[in-house]
Amino acid sequence: MRLFQPVLASLLLGLALLRPAVAEVFDAQSFTLPNGLTVVVVENHRAPVVTQMLWYRVGAADEVSGKSGLAHFLEHLLFKGTETAAAGEFSAMVAANGGTENAFTSRDYTGYWQTVAKDRLEAVMRYEADRMQHIVLTDEVVYPERDVIVEERRQRIDSSPSAQLDEAMMAALFQNHPYGIPIIGWQHEMQALTTADALAFYRKWYGPDNAILVIGGDVTLDEVKPLVETYYGPLVPVGVPAERIRVLEPPPLAARSVTFKSPQVAEPQWYRAYLVPHRKDLTEGDLEALQLLSEILGGSATSRLYKSLVVEQGIATSAGAYDRSDALDYPTFHLSAAPRQGVELATVEAAMQAEVDKLLADGVTEAELRQAKDRLQASAIFARDEPSTGPHVIGAAMAIGETLAHIQSWPERVEAVTVAQVNALLRAILKPERSVTGYLLPQEPS
Amino acid sequence: MTSLGVIRFSPLSPFSGGEGRVRGRSVAIRAPWNRGSSPQPSPAQKRERGLAQRFIGVTAFVLAGFAALAPAQAIEIQRVVSPGGIEAWLVEEHSNPIMAISFSFVGGAALDPVGQEGRARMTSALLDEGAGDLDSQAFQGELDRLSIQLGFGASDDDLSGNVTTLTKTRARAVELLQLALTEPRFDAEPVERVRGQLQVRLSRKASDPNSVAYDTLDQLVFAGHPYGRPSEGTPESVGALTADDLRAFVLQRLALDTLKIGVVGDITPAELGPLLDQVFGGLPKTSPPVAVTEIVPQGAGVVTVVQKPVTQSVIFVAQPGPKRDDPDFYAAAVVNYVLGGGSFSSRLYEEVREKRGLAYSVWSDLRAYDHAGLWYAGAGTQNARAAETLDIIRAEWTRLAQEGPTDEEVASAITYLTGSFALRLTSSEGIANLLVAIQRADLGIDYVDQRASYYASLTAEEVRRVAKAWLDPAKLAVVVVGQPDGLASSGQ
Repeated sequence: MRLFQPVLASLLLGLALLRPAVAEVFDAQSFTLPNGLTVVVVENHRAPVVTQMLWYRVGAADEVSGKSGLAHFLEHLLFKGTETAAAGEFSAMVAANGGTENAFTSRDYTGYWQTVAKDRLEAVMRYEADRMQHIVLTDEVVYPERDVIVEERRQRIDSSPSAQLDEAMMAALFQNHPYGIPIIGWQHEMQALTTADALAFYRKWYGPDNAILVIGGDVTLDEVKPLVETYYGPLVPVGVPAERIRVLEPPPLAARSVTFKSPQVAEPQWYRAYLVPHRKDLTEGDLEALQLLSEILGGSATSRLYKSLVVEQGIATSAGAYDRSDALDYPTFHLSAAPRQGVELATVEAAMQAEVDKLLADGVTEAELRQAKDRLQASAIFARDEPSTGPHVIGAAMAIGETLAHIQSWPERVEAVTVAQVNALLRAILKPERSVTGYLLPQEPS
Repeated sequence: MTSLGVIRFSPLSPFSGGEGRVRGRSVAIRAPWNRGSSPQPSPAQKRERGLAQRFIGVTAFVLAGFAALAPAQAIEIQRVVSPGGIEAWLVEEHSNPIMAISFSFVGGAALDPVGQEGRARMTSALLDEGAGDLDSQAFQGELDRLSIQLGFGASDDDLSGNVTTLTKTRARAVELLQLALTEPRFDAEPVERVRGQLQVRLSRKASDPNSVAYDTLDQLVFAGHPYGRPSEGTPESVGALTADDLRAFVLQRLALDTLKIGVVGDITPAELGPLLDQVFGGLPKTSPPVAVTEIVPQGAGVVTVVQKPVTQSVIFVAQPGPKRDDPDFYAAAVVNYVLGGGSFSSRLYEEVREKRGLAYSVWSDLRAYDHAGLWYAGAGTQNARAAETLDIIRAEWTRLAQEGPTDEEVASAITYLTGSFALRLTSSEGIANLLVAIQRADLGIDYVDQRASYYASLTAEEVRRVAKAWLDPAKLAVVVVGQPDGLASSGQ
């Protein structure tokens, strides 16, 4: 349970789409403790329920070379007890109170959360603050857990050909940057991780000055503040760099392709990933333009790719697009399609390429952009329906360096995107040399 | 939606289930703790995922699903009867301009005629693909333009649906739903398109270890019964289904006598009444009785190993469990929590994962059908240790049957099962689904208030009696998919 790794672009899509609008809808307020902890309170009084989410600005892309999987491994190990709490005690307390909890690791952040009845907030806060700096790790608990993450890799990656291909595509797309390394880790490196590795990573990155605490639900800032000061106030800053600087990608020169054949593949599929320029090299509105492009191409059953390949040409069972715009460093843009039975993969690939060529030549239309904007704006209202969404969306955005003010201006930025801006962006991104094409194929009988 | 409140995402990986909310059909928002599959949210794949989710939902009924709302936090459920006599349960919530309607008709895949397996599933996938004057693209275009979320699904026992809309687009949403229910078109293009999608999905499932394990278990425990037939069909049956077959299902099953409706959101009882007549009033009053026989799950002592070239073996075990209306149901829910239902604290979790690191997922669940009850469990572990893992599951099964849970375990299970309910009642669609589930299981409009007392009144002795009466390792049917060392099929 605890770990999840949003390697999965699909869920990031939803996030990317909804991320910022929610903040505005949700009336978020924030303050900072003297020890550097950023605190955000997102009120939602729909049910007497509170979600605590603690986000650390550290993820798999912050691991040192050769230690892949360490950020995620440490996330597991945060459930193994502290100087004052026995292993599993925190989880038992949450469960005994009917609460739910989990944790997750991404490329750029690691998060822990509990949802409990509002009168249990103090209890979960005490435990969460405690494990920020006081875990105790022994080989007896660490090494069985290492076996667990290897089993997790077998389950998530090795049992899923599309996940195996995705791993290979990302490794090819990122020629230098650590986004090319899987969050779960490479198995040989996972199996060599040690207790000392975990503790070193923990001591380096886990501190109040590298964390964002988001409390969402049936609480007010005034109720939360004294609790936060009591439990998180005494924690000691660790002095992490204000800016995380990872290595950069060289200019991409070569179109790449990756083919994965497996006896586990019954139906072929086609994928393409494009490297988007570094976040720092994008201009205001580019990420929103990217999100709108995804929506226009692949957001619904009437969007471009599905309509063309699946409905009109009848050659594919699926065809879509999505972006991973929630990256600290390099966003990516993705296309995918699967042929109908009896149709060659090459036919589908040619049709997808034709759509890309058409897009490059003609761009998107005003009408398409208008409808995509409407859908994104509506998504903000739907997002408010689920109280845990606000804390999540805000935490994820702030964990990659966005400010609350920036998050809150998202609807206006979406509205301000022009057809010219979308077209300029797509022409900058949809270049062969920026791409990796992936082929998932059945293994032919030998 | 399906059988009962669906809490956990997947029996294959309940470890994604801790998200603290009732999962609905495809929701726009995905938190990162939800498990996703790899790439692509294209519409087709969204559809497939929707189907998959529903499928999994059916299988994943967890008693915690009916987990209780603490009385102090009870939601107020109103019974609304339309001028035309159609009943719905309503929870008003005006803080957000959204409304969700969920509904269910009795009769699902178990009624697929022999040779037409997949009929209910394919029907549900096509109800939003064109209706009235609107062809598929026009219909979907309206949904997209107005940001209306509309979808249908089929389980073994029912056909269900949900619409979620902004208040400002409610009138149109209601028209579209009414059209979908009463004038679905089943045009050739969408029929062929969805057929193609279902066939590709069947083909993929056949090579996916979890799907194979699930289907194999289903066939084993429900041999000779409709529940044991493939609810998603076979390549042949899906290939042969015609638009007329699908229309026949709609005409036969979509009727007022088995309809249950739950509504949540920004609407008053006075507004809801006429809306119910508008949407559902055109349906026939009655449907033929559902002729599905009761079945006790079979396969005691059978081990079926399916060889697949993967590094991890998927292990499923199953035995008979209580149906939803069994007097032992609540006590069994407590036993199951102790066995493998509790996320971080169950005996299977402790023995298989925590102590030995044998698996990432290990779990157990109760699954209540309309005509059967199943108690099942599973784990994924490396091939070399599959036999060891299966031994541990059996040993824990035996130990719990013989000794029962401790007083302490019973107490903490009850606290969890009663306390977690309110935490899950957060999304409109989730609550609407729950309202439907309560009606389908005939638990009473006061169920939300009473549920905690059903658990609180259980004694540890009673729970131990139920553990002993139900859990029986000799009755376990076992399926292992992978290349498990030291395990072979036996007992067939």
